[in-house]
Amino acid sequence: MVLVLALGDLHIPHRAPDLPAKFKSMLVPGKIQHVICTGNLSIKEVHDYLKTLCPDLHITRGEYDEDTRYPETKTLTIGQFKLGLCHGHQLLVLFWFDAIKVVPWGDLDSLAILQRQLDVDILVTGHTHQFTAYKHEGGVVINPGSATGAYSNITYDANPSFVLMDIDGLRVVVYVYELIDGEVKVDKIDFKKTTATTHSAH
Amino acid sequence: MILAGIEDEDKWLAEGIAGIQHNAFYMHRALDANNLRDALKCSALMLSELRTSKLSPHKYYDLYMRAFDELRKLEMFFKDESRHGVSIVDLYELVQHAGNILPRLYLLCTVGSVYIKSKEAPAKDALKDLVEMCRGVQNPIRGLFLRSYLAQVSRDKLPNLGSEYEGGEDTAMDAVEFVLQNFTEMNKLWVRMQHQLRPSTGLSRLQGPVRIREKLEKERNELRDLVGKNLHVLSQIEGVNLEIYRDTVLPRVLEQIVNCKDELAQYYLMDCIIQVFPDEYHLQTLETLLGACPQLQPTVDIKTVLSRLMERLSNYAASSPDVLPEFLQVEAFAKLSSAIGKVIEAQVDMPIVGAVTLYVSLLTFTLHVHPERLDYVDQVLGACVKLLFGKPKLNEGRATKQIVALLSAPLEKYNDIVTALTLSNYPRVMDCLDDETNKVMAMVIIQSIMKNNTCISTADQIEVLFELLKGLIKGLDGTAADELDEEDFSEEQNSVARLIHMLYNDDSEEMLKVSYWFRDYLHCEEAYNGWRANAITFYSSSSHILCTQGTFLPFADAVGLISSLSMYACLEQACQILVRKLQAQDGNVVGEEEPATPKKIFQLLNETIEALSSVPSPELALRLYLQCAQAANDCDLEPVAYEFFTQAFILYEEEVVDSKAQVTAMHLIIGALQRMNVLGVENRDTLTHKATGVIVLAYPYSAKLLKRPDQCRAVYACSHLFWVDEKDGIKDGERVLLCLKRALRIANAAQQMANAVSGTSGPVTLFVEILNKYLYFFEKGNPQVTSAAIQGLVELITNEMQSDSTTPDPASEAFFASTIRYIQFQKQKGGGVGEKFGPIKV
Repeated sequence: MVLVLALGDLHIPHRAPDLPAKFKSMLVPGKIQHVICTGNLSIKEVHDYLKTLCPDLHITRGEYDEDTRYPETKTLTIGQFKLGLCHGHQLLVLFWFDAIKVVPWGDLDSLAILQRQLDVDILVTGHTHQFTAYKHEGGVVINPGSATGAYSNITYDANPSFVLMDIDGLRVVVYVYELIDGEVKVDKIDFKKTTATTHSAH
Repeated sequence: MILAGIEDEDKWLAEGIAGIQHNAFYMHRALDANNLRDALKCSALMLSELRTSKLSPHKYYDLYMRAFDELRKLEMFFKDESRHGVSIVDLYELVQHAGNILPRLYLLCTVGSVYIKSKEAPAKDALKDLVEMCRGVQNPIRGLFLRSYLAQVSRDKLPNLGSEYEGGEDTAMDAVEFVLQNFTEMNKLWVRMQHQLRPSTGLSRLQGPVRIREKLEKERNELRDLVGKNLHVLSQIEGVNLEIYRDTVLPRVLEQIVNCKDELAQYYLMDCIIQVFPDEYHLQTLETLLGACPQLQPTVDIKTVLSRLMERLSNYAASSPDVLPEFLQVEAFAKLSSAIGKVIEAQVDMPIVGAVTLYVSLLTFTLHVHPERLDYVDQVLGACVKLLFGKPKLNEGRATKQIVALLSAPLEKYNDIVTALTLSNYPRVMDCLDDETNKVMAMVIIQSIMKNNTCISTADQIEVLFELLKGLIKGLDGTAADELDEEDFSEEQNSVARLIHMLYNDDSEEMLKVSYWFRDYLHCEEAYNGWRANAITFYSSSSHILCTQGTFLPFADAVGLISSLSMYACLEQACQILVRKLQAQDGNVVGEEEPATPKKIFQLLNETIEALSSVPSPELALRLYLQCAQAANDCDLEPVAYEFFTQAFILYEEEVVDSKAQVTAMHLIIGALQRMNVLGVENRDTLTHKATGVIVLAYPYSAKLLKRPDQCRAVYACSHLFWVDEKDGIKDGERVLLCLKRALRIANAAQQMANAVSGTSGPVTLFVEILNKYLYFFEKGNPQVTSAAIQGLVELITNEMQSDSTTPDPASEAFFASTIRYIQFQKQKGGGVGEKFGPIKV
């Protein structure tokens, strides 16, 4: 069993002073094996903080990141799963929920292209500040939302959220932690990898 | 030599102990035989050992304790008249025949205690007699121990209210009188001790006078509890009520303390008083007690004494709300405050740290006792300003630490910076700090605000707050650039940036005022500091922060400036929130006067970003322009959105030079433009044209052209500008195809170029990317994108991959493979999708 923390779009200190205290108290060092961050941290202090949670830290670059050395995309393999990471401002056509219509608009197809390009089972992106998780083309597409609930032009009133993935064999359980009116709500999505999705070995 | 001294002392002590043991042995025999005469003789001989002057107090104590134990046995014997057959009165006479004064007095005290116990004489008279007679021993160590013995044996026999030795009305007074007299005499002896040299100290005279004095003082300090014990006894006498304490005990003790003019004694005894007597007594006699303080020797550590007093009183106040009226009634704060002032005046040599420590204690006191009296807090700070004003800025570690403690105390108490902001002297104390400490304090303030989530909601409050924080903002007066720690610097700037989130008001009119204030602050601070000339030269920026730091930190352009820019981003954030609020209001409030119009806010934003881009930080400015354009879009302000876009284009064309930065900027521009729905057809066309023109068409001519693969990606990205998959979205299939075809041409050119240069063809990844775009628009139902075109592309890529000259690229192959898998997946779906994908053969 491997725990992977996925988060992003913190925008500290520009759009939020800090992570919510409730999240901070939940995120303790030593419990998580990997941290993946989609980007927009935006300063070194946040990088250092994430590093204290777990030294195995993977970051891609958001458009507001101070550190220009973060790559645009990144892939890593954890157990039986191949994960892809990308902030998402590059994707042009984005996928998000309209809060009122409650139907997806924009489209999933742009993300699907990236998923094919990186050739991954789990694609993690950010930028919209809106949590989403979808099973798609035999893989999963996850957006952990903004860990600070920072505003964006796509989502003005974002709830702070992050994702914890529990990877065990061919199974991954995605836990979403969302801070709604001061209370942390947890949601769970189960995903089982079918043998149909195979990758050419790199 | 020192060793020799110690060895000698050990020898002397051993001899003394041997003498005591020897005589005690014979004394025991006499006691066993009930032989009074021999017992007296032997005990006198034994006690003669205490006549030595050679031992240090520590060793003398050892000797004394042995004699003391023996005297207990003698006392038991004296008590039992049947054993010696002599009445206690006669016994009292008899022991006075001992030859030497010291043994005589020890015996007298021993018999005296039995005498009192027997109640044959009034305790009062006996005690008076004894305490008088002890004057006969004037050697300090011997005298101190003798009187200590007297105190010890008489302790349980003091005439006291309710005790069996009670003797009339003035009972308690008699006991007090006795203890006070003993105390006075002991203190005199103790003070005199410092002038007495012993053979052992004499030997160490070679160590120099300072060392000898230190040693003597240390030894003397070891005996302090003998003296202090008397005060303890006084506090235990039941009859000592507040009146007796106030009218007799305290004045007499203080008189002795002041008159002895000895630093060690004064410090210790003052502290003793505070510790042993009850708090309510202190409170009621505050004036007398404090009155003694300025009269003490200038070297006495009075700040510790007073601090402890205030600490005790604070705890007392906290113990029960019932005692609070007492504090008010005696005006404790005013008295303490004035006493501190007098002490500082009297002790001219007191270091600043001492004085500040006193004020910290006073502040702690008033925060505990009178938390509601902000004027008291301000008064303490004011006194501190008076103390520090006109002196060179503090830079001594301990002193500045105390000031930080002083300024932190109200923050911790009230947990609310807004309260501290009302203290007029608070910023004045900050002004007395050196730059370093000033910054530390500013950080403490920010942390307090963040921790308590305090909202700073009016321009007035912000003004005071930023006055306090100016050390962080104006920063680097006179600090050489190379002394600056970049990490500290950015941490400070980030803290200020975090703080900006706390400047918030629900009322949008007030929030706009806050924003205006902030802008003006940045403007006028610059003039105020006289940095304008430099500033204009450097950046022509309206920002004080940027200017001053730019002046001193030319090297820090990249690191320092960007982080201070956080403040701008945050200001912008505040404004964004405003826009949201206005949007929300729009729906509800109809027909009312428009208060803070969005236009005003956007104007403010524009000014702010303009300042940013001239810093120069064009990439951030470009992002913010696009943010604003989208915000304006959401506010239905087409001209504003258009204007922001135009600004973004200008920056893209003129300022963004790095190819990687251009790619990102391009993605952001297209992404933002795509979501603009407020634009009319004409404006949209203009901007789209401009975007494709700037991004795509510029390539053959522009010197700052993108690298070819980036160029290719830019072009196919533009296709999204012509196809917005939304209700009433733009769906211009022809121009989408045009973009894709042009992208293919560039990919071809890139491939040929690679061929020409290296003899092998470049990676086919661009073709796979374009194939995916074809598939995307194919699925969206763009009639111009046909299955045949996709089929053609698939074949093209397959050929390229099989070509011998192609360098194998696993990533592209995997990408292609997963794309093919996807097509197959769609074909198998059946229904509409399967039918659509049917003609594609893979």
